[in-house]
Amino acid sequence: MKQLVILSGKGGTGKTSLTAALAHLAHDGPCGVPLALVDADVDAAILDLVLAPTRLEEHDFVGGDTARIDSDGCDACGLCLEVCRFEAIRQTGRHFEVDPMACEGCGACFHQCPAQAIRMQPRVVGRWFRSESRYGPLIHAALFPAGENSGKLVTLVRQQARCLALDRECPGILIDGPPGIGCPVISAATGADLALVVTEPTAAGMHDLERILGTTQHFAIPTWVVLNKADLVPEVSAQVMDTCQRKGIEIVGRIPFDEAVTQAMVRGEPVTAFDRRAPSSLAILQIWQRIVAGLFGGSIDTRVERLDRRERA
Amino acid sequence: MRIAVASGKGGTGKTTVATSLALCLAANGGSALSPAGPPLLLDCDVEAPNAHLFLRPSWEAVWPVGIPVPQIDPAGCTACGRCAEVCAFNALAILGSGVQVFPELCHGCGSCTLACPEGVITEVVRPIGVLRRGTAQQGIDFGHGELSIGEPMAVPVIRELKRQVNARPGQVVILDAPPGTSCPVVEAVRGSDFLLLVTEPTPFGLHDLRLAVEVGHALGLPMGAVINRDGIGDDSVTRFCENKGIPVLMRIPFERAIARDSALGRTLLETHPEYAPRFRELAGDILRQVEGAR
Amino acid sequence: MRIMITTTKPEFDSPVDPNFGRGAYFVVVETNSMEWQAYPNPAVGAPGGAGIQAAQFVSEHKAERVISGDFGPKAHQALMAAGVGMYLAGASASARQAVAHLEAGELERLGGSPRQGSKSGN
Repeated sequence: MKQLVILSGKGGTGKTSLTAALAHLAHDGPCGVPLALVDADVDAAILDLVLAPTRLEEHDFVGGDTARIDSDGCDACGLCLEVCRFEAIRQTGRHFEVDPMACEGCGACFHQCPAQAIRMQPRVVGRWFRSESRYGPLIHAALFPAGENSGKLVTLVRQQARCLALDRECPGILIDGPPGIGCPVISAATGADLALVVTEPTAAGMHDLERILGTTQHFAIPTWVVLNKADLVPEVSAQVMDTCQRKGIEIVGRIPFDEAVTQAMVRGEPVTAFDRRAPSSLAILQIWQRIVAGLFGGSIDTRVERLDRRERA
Repeated sequence: MRIAVASGKGGTGKTTVATSLALCLAANGGSALSPAGPPLLLDCDVEAPNAHLFLRPSWEAVWPVGIPVPQIDPAGCTACGRCAEVCAFNALAILGSGVQVFPELCHGCGSCTLACPEGVITEVVRPIGVLRRGTAQQGIDFGHGELSIGEPMAVPVIRELKRQVNARPGQVVILDAPPGTSCPVVEAVRGSDFLLLVTEPTPFGLHDLRLAVEVGHALGLPMGAVINRDGIGDDSVTRFCENKGIPVLMRIPFERAIARDSALGRTLLETHPEYAPRFRELAGDILRQVEGAR
Repeated sequence: MRIMITTTKPEFDSPVDPNFGRGAYFVVVETNSMEWQAYPNPAVGAPGGAGIQAAQFVSEHKAERVISGDFGPKAHQALMAAGVGMYLAGASASARQAVAHLEAGELERLGGSPRQGSKSGN
């Protein structure tokens, strides 16, 4: 069972739009590969907006503990304020209170309070879901705004997807990853068989491309690049291609800037379902064929060869 | 006055707006908009900082930032296990006959150091990134953090950036927040006077704007919106802002020229100076809302 | 010999839990008597480092060997430090079967080289 994760470094390069299109092609396209789908961008989960899922299961997610001061037991010694390194204790006169949004859940105050007036309580900071979408089973989650421990939630949805994929004998899992390079990205990416980094020909995109490529390299994850909005600024596209060549990273697709992508999103569909002849759809189909050949290999190759022969004829 | 620029969704144009706002305030330094001269811009997107590409600061100082992690003196350690017991993150464990530290899990809370009955734990700072401070065009003071590749925790870098790069008295601070709505964004935005939300008029933009608005409400901040790439989608974002009473303070229509200039690392205000009065108005609107809230 | 196995239910005939750090239960078995006991895994709700906490639990119970579906890099590090042998359950249908396979020398043992991140860093 292979795991493919879609990353970007910089936000807004088109990860989710590409993931949705790949999910569609995997399910309905010429080289069908039944995939389990995961939305690991738990801070801002939007994959479901273009997959029309039906929710089957819903679960609470507990991130960690939060401290709570019992004002009856508290004798206002102020030690908690002294030991807290996260500015999570607020004092007004003799009243001490924990700011739950700042509380790291470390328990230093709890362990040090001489009056034992502090309790650590688990906090539900999100929910995760198992759904059935148009293109296969979907595991997704929503961290409540200002929620914490997104890394743990990402790990959880990945594990759930793994169990699901094993149960259904899916040959693969497709993961829509978060932006950035920190904990949620690391949790989304480690152990994946292939990372597809979606980048754009912009100064910011290039800067962040270096950082995400450094990250996938650090965790030894094989990586390909997709250049999205490729025709927006040809000079910068050339720089992206140079950078990738220098690093020995293959660019497996160049998707032109295409209004159909947004139009499809407004309709709640992947672009490949909305208009399969749109320039971006054609480019994404080629990317999918590369993935099928490179990641899923074996008997599916023959179908790709037939497709190539048909095109050449 | 501290203005945080956030979005929820990545790529909506936070940095575009934050850097242009900084340039506008610098151009109007000394006026009511920015009485203490040019502003301080803090790029709090420490995982993928980009603002320096546009404002091109000359760096005056670069220094490592880290997390204090425990170091146990094996001579005095009795392996009582109290440190492992109190650690909420499993960064310490009694395995076999001794205590093992897992520094990458440590949050630097100091609980183990306080709890050790033998007093044999000291803390050593483990570097996880760097902070940089400098001066950019038009006298804008600039600071950013950069999380080291492979390090998971962005929040401590953001926290230290805000603690260690300080504004002059009365200087306006603009904080360019990371994408998302979880703890790195909260860390960046906390303590601000105003939350400026940059969004795009699409279903993805709207979804994440809703979450960002909830963060603003949770922090009790006055809010306003900038709709970037106006015209590419539909009007659901506009209707949402109306329903929630969030003033739309600026619309930037989608123009391939603007996208191109941004792609080449040029700020909006530099390449489209006709936006200057619009950013002045934006700054004025923000100031009025903040004073109204006080 | 004392062996611990991660299980999905608190029974010796339970399926093996594929997860070490966040497996639902641990079954502790004395192989000379085949007496066993099940405990809920204290690490299951940990905010992070579940593998380490679970490893500590195994160490506290003085197990010599542990069987699970897989071990993440930190769990591996911790169990190596604790001197506990790690075995992969493979196709074993239950904890009981896994122990039988282990005694017959049929289970794969993990060596000392650091595990690559087949589990994510939580």
